[in-house]
Amino acid sequence: MGLAKRIIPCLDVDNGRVVKGVNFVNIRDAGDPVEIARRYNAEGADEITFLDITASSDDRETILHVIEDVATQVFIPLTVGGGVRKVEDVRKLLNAGADKVAINTAAVFTPELVKEASDYFGSQCIVVAIDAKQVSEEGEPLKWNIFTHGGRKDAGIDAVEWAEKMAELGAGELLVTSMDRDGTKIGFNLPLTKAITDAVDIPVIASGGVGNLQHLADGVLKGHADAVLAASIFHFGEYTVGEAKQHLAAQGIEMRL
Amino acid sequence: MSSIAIVDYGMGNLRSVSQALKHVAADGTRIEITSDRQHILNADKVVFPGQGAARDCMRSLKEYDLVDVVLQASEEKPFLGICMGMQVLMQTSAENDGVDCLGKFSGQVKRFKDAPEIANSEEKLTFPQMGWNQVFQTTDHPLWHSIDDAARFYFVHSYFVSVDDPSLSCGETEYGIRYTSAIAKDSVFAIQCHPEKSADDGLQLLKNFTQWDGKA
Repeated sequence: MGLAKRIIPCLDVDNGRVVKGVNFVNIRDAGDPVEIARRYNAEGADEITFLDITASSDDRETILHVIEDVATQVFIPLTVGGGVRKVEDVRKLLNAGADKVAINTAAVFTPELVKEASDYFGSQCIVVAIDAKQVSEEGEPLKWNIFTHGGRKDAGIDAVEWAEKMAELGAGELLVTSMDRDGTKIGFNLPLTKAITDAVDIPVIASGGVGNLQHLADGVLKGHADAVLAASIFHFGEYTVGEAKQHLAAQGIEMRL
Repeated sequence: MSSIAIVDYGMGNLRSVSQALKHVAADGTRIEITSDRQHILNADKVVFPGQGAARDCMRSLKEYDLVDVVLQASEEKPFLGICMGMQVLMQTSAENDGVDCLGKFSGQVKRFKDAPEIANSEEKLTFPQMGWNQVFQTTDHPLWHSIDDAARFYFVHSYFVSVDDPSLSCGETEYGIRYTSAIAKDSVFAIQCHPEKSADDGLQLLKNFTQWDGKA
C-alpha cells in the first residue's frame, strides 16, 4: 500500500461560470463553480483544478472570488491556472485559497517565472501546464512540441525536453495536456504521457481526451501518470468520480475510496 | 469562550487552516491568525503550520521573534504542528545543506531521495510525495478519535521526520520507506500531512484538536 493515484475533475471557468471547451473552441455552460466543487468533493475527488479562461484581463479578479468561495466550503487541494503571468498573480491566487497555481503560456515566454515562483512560494505549489501536440509525421519517431494560444501556435520547443527543464527550474508537478486529444473523448495521448513521466521524477497529471473510465485507468497503467484529469465526463453526469475510482481500483490501481 | 491561535510567521497562506478550523470548531471559538507573542501565549490552543523550505521557516521564526514563544506554547497547551510545523520541531533538517531547527524533539528531518531503501528501489517514486497516503495509527491518541486506522490524508513533502525515540511516533506512512508521519508527546501533536486539505478525515482530526485537553 502507499500513495494513491489521484482523480482530478477540471473546471474551465469563464467570468465565474463553469464551461468546457471542445478543442478549446466550442463551449457549453455547466454551472456554478461552488456547487460543482462541493459535488465533486462529496463524490471523492482527490483535488479540483480550475482553469480560468476569462478573456478580458479586467475580469480576472472574478476567479479570485470563485476560489475564495470554494475554499471556505471544500477542504481538498485546489489548483488554479489560466492567465498567470507574474509572481504577483501567483500570490493573489494562493492568498485567495488556491493550494497550487498552474503556469502555462507565461512559462514558455518567461521560464524564469517558474524559478522565481517556486523559490518564493515553494515547488509544492507550482504546477507547470504543458500543452503539447504531435509534430512528427507518420513513420517518423514520435515527437511533440509545445503549443501556445490554445493550441494554435507551435512554440518550436520539444515537449519532453521542456518537461525536464521545467522540473529543473522548480516545478513541483506537471499538467500535461495533449492538444491533439483535448475534447476528442478518444483517450489520453499515452505515448506523450509516458515519454514525460519517464523523463522526470516530479508528479505528472495526464490531461486531454478522456471519454470513458478505461481512459483514466490507461493514463495510470500505460501512461504512468500520478494523476488523471478530466472534465466533461464528470460535468455532464456520464460518470461520477466515485465510479471512476471503483473502476481504477478494480484494476489494482491504488485509490482513496 | 475558547481561543485558537494560528502562528503566522510569514510562511505561506494560513487561510485554509483557519477556514477548516472555523468549519469544525464549536460556535463562539475564537480563531486568530497571529504573529503577536502575547496573543499566542494567551490562546487556549496553538496551531503551528508551515510550508516552504526549512531554512526559510527557521529564519522567519527568528525574524518574527517567535522561537521562544512557540516552544513555550508547546509546553503549556494543546499544540498542533502541521507539515513544516512538524519538521521544525526536530533538531536538524537535511534541507538547504543542513538547518538547525527548534530541537523540541530529538531526531532529524531527512530527504526521501537520500534514504537507501528509496535510492536503491526498483519502483519509481516521484518527489515531492504529492497526494493521498495512509496514516497507520501506531498508538492510541485523542486526535485519532473517529478516524479509521490507515485512513488517507493529503501529503506534499520531499523530506520526512526520523525520530530518535520511537515512542514519540503515533502515526506512520509508507512511501518507499515506512516513516513517522505523526508524533505525539504530552500536549503536542504534530502531523506531516495537511489535515485542512484532507476532506472529512482531516476535518475530524482538526475537530478532535479543538476538543482536546492536551492530555495523551
